[in-house]
Amino acid sequence: MRLGAVLGSGLAARGEEPRSLGTPLSAYGERSPFVKPVRTMRQTKTPEAGSSATPLADTYGIITPSSLHYERHHAGVPNIDPARHRLVIHGMVERPLILTMDDIRRLPSVSRIHFLECGGNSGGEWQAKNQPDVQRSYGLASCSEWTGVPLRLLLEEAGVKAGAKWLIAEGADACKMQRSVPLAPELDYALLAYGQNGEPLRPSQGFPLRLLTPGWEGNVQVKWLQRLLVTDQPHMTRDETSKYSDLMPDGKARIFSLPLEAKSVVTFPSGGQTLPGPGLYEVTGLAWTGKGLVTRVELTFDGGASWVEARMDEPRFPRAFVRFRMPWRWDGKPVVMASRATDETGYVQPTREQLVAARGMNSGYHFNGIKLWRVGADGVVTNVEGA
Amino acid sequence: MWKVLSAALLFSVVLGAQSAKYGAGRAPSAEEIRALGPTVGPDGRGLPPGSGTAKQGREVFAARCARCHGDKALGDVGPALVGGKGSLATAKPVKTVGSFWPYATSVWDYVNRAMPFDKPGSLTHSEVYSAVAFLLHLNGIAGETEVMDAKSLARVRMPNRDGFVPDGRPDVKR
Repeated sequence: MRLGAVLGSGLAARGEEPRSLGTPLSAYGERSPFVKPVRTMRQTKTPEAGSSATPLADTYGIITPSSLHYERHHAGVPNIDPARHRLVIHGMVERPLILTMDDIRRLPSVSRIHFLECGGNSGGEWQAKNQPDVQRSYGLASCSEWTGVPLRLLLEEAGVKAGAKWLIAEGADACKMQRSVPLAPELDYALLAYGQNGEPLRPSQGFPLRLLTPGWEGNVQVKWLQRLLVTDQPHMTRDETSKYSDLMPDGKARIFSLPLEAKSVVTFPSGGQTLPGPGLYEVTGLAWTGKGLVTRVELTFDGGASWVEARMDEPRFPRAFVRFRMPWRWDGKPVVMASRATDETGYVQPTREQLVAARGMNSGYHFNGIKLWRVGADGVVTNVEGA
Repeated sequence: MWKVLSAALLFSVVLGAQSAKYGAGRAPSAEEIRALGPTVGPDGRGLPPGSGTAKQGREVFAARCARCHGDKALGDVGPALVGGKGSLATAKPVKTVGSFWPYATSVWDYVNRAMPFDKPGSLTHSEVYSAVAFLLHLNGIAGETEVMDAKSLARVRMPNRDGFVPDGRPDVKR
């Protein structure tokens, strides 16, 4: 019943408050002006070479909006006309190939949901210089539905010769970014991707074509892909030797440390947020592993002394974000909480202390430690320095 | 080292298939491959003609590199390219061309493809050989008049050549 039906009311004669029309149809959608989350980036004199982080605590489910997917570029984002783009496959192959984007899109394709994570994500955690929120400490990870041609299909088209052991993948950005990719079993999942979340790749994600090697560090998944050289040796490029290698306490550096181990983080409550008061909340967060499926996510509310299993959203996909949730009634007392993930290999996400014991504090990359958040009596959520 | 890694290969691509299933694309011309530019292996494969010395490289560096890396390559906007010797196993490791990079060929390849940062691809191949010769000289790896070219660069043994080991994960003890 509307107000006008209320007998004897002064409003009855006037009816409802008049309403103005909304905005008209539009050719390309925009989010609500009330929705503000954006990628964060560091101040730098060279913004063409750096990273921007996904606001993970402001996303729902497992898909990262393409406009908020983390970025890592080495020489800026090239503006490529797909009609002019070519992929060359050469080297130790029976049939060297040059392919247009039309050639590639005519081939049998698949769509799959996979996360991408920068090998340097959470790198600050090694030194216990903990960032204040989940975005700046764990935000170089995102998850999309990717569409493309299986890498294997194109390698079979070219006919890989016996003795070939590596691909040298090269981008068409200004620095012609290059990485050596081992012809390892994990490449069974690899795609030459041209689609992301229902549309062509965003330029910042490699438009019109990128290499996608699910489960491996982002740096090897070369964007703006223009060349695959099939060969018998890695090229020991700058980004696989001087960068993205893990320096151990004995001065030796691990190289080609590509797989990403199981990792998770609580996104609510997380650093920078404030709980308005005691009562019911849904604790939630994201878990992932480069080694297949996440099989368990546990939560602690006592700084790691005890753990309880969280519910994971289904279906779960291998090498994809998994969303976990748990209803939680906060009694208003200080709490130190965290999540830890276990994957199908039985690997359990370690503490920072366990990682440092194994690798020291200078390895820089591939940090996957448990992330603790402190909820104060005032409801303010902060980091737990070095804990 | 990477031979260790290769031993475990199981990637299920069909090797040397006699014919293409879909007939995608076409064969590239030699010129189409050449146009992509050099790509360089650690054995020197792919290094193009050209040459330079540290003496020549000093000028190239001053004109094209020093603005970001500093007059003495000790770093500014860009990273330090010299020093750090003996620091890798300390609490404050300094990773430079001299202390960390395992192959001089990689330095040539990276400078050629990615430097100078704001104008990659603008150096001639001989300017790249010269700049790399200068960096090797600053790091005490090559003499000032030593000629760097496709043959000699591949023979340079970098101090940290044996400093890289295979991935040791999973490595966390419970």
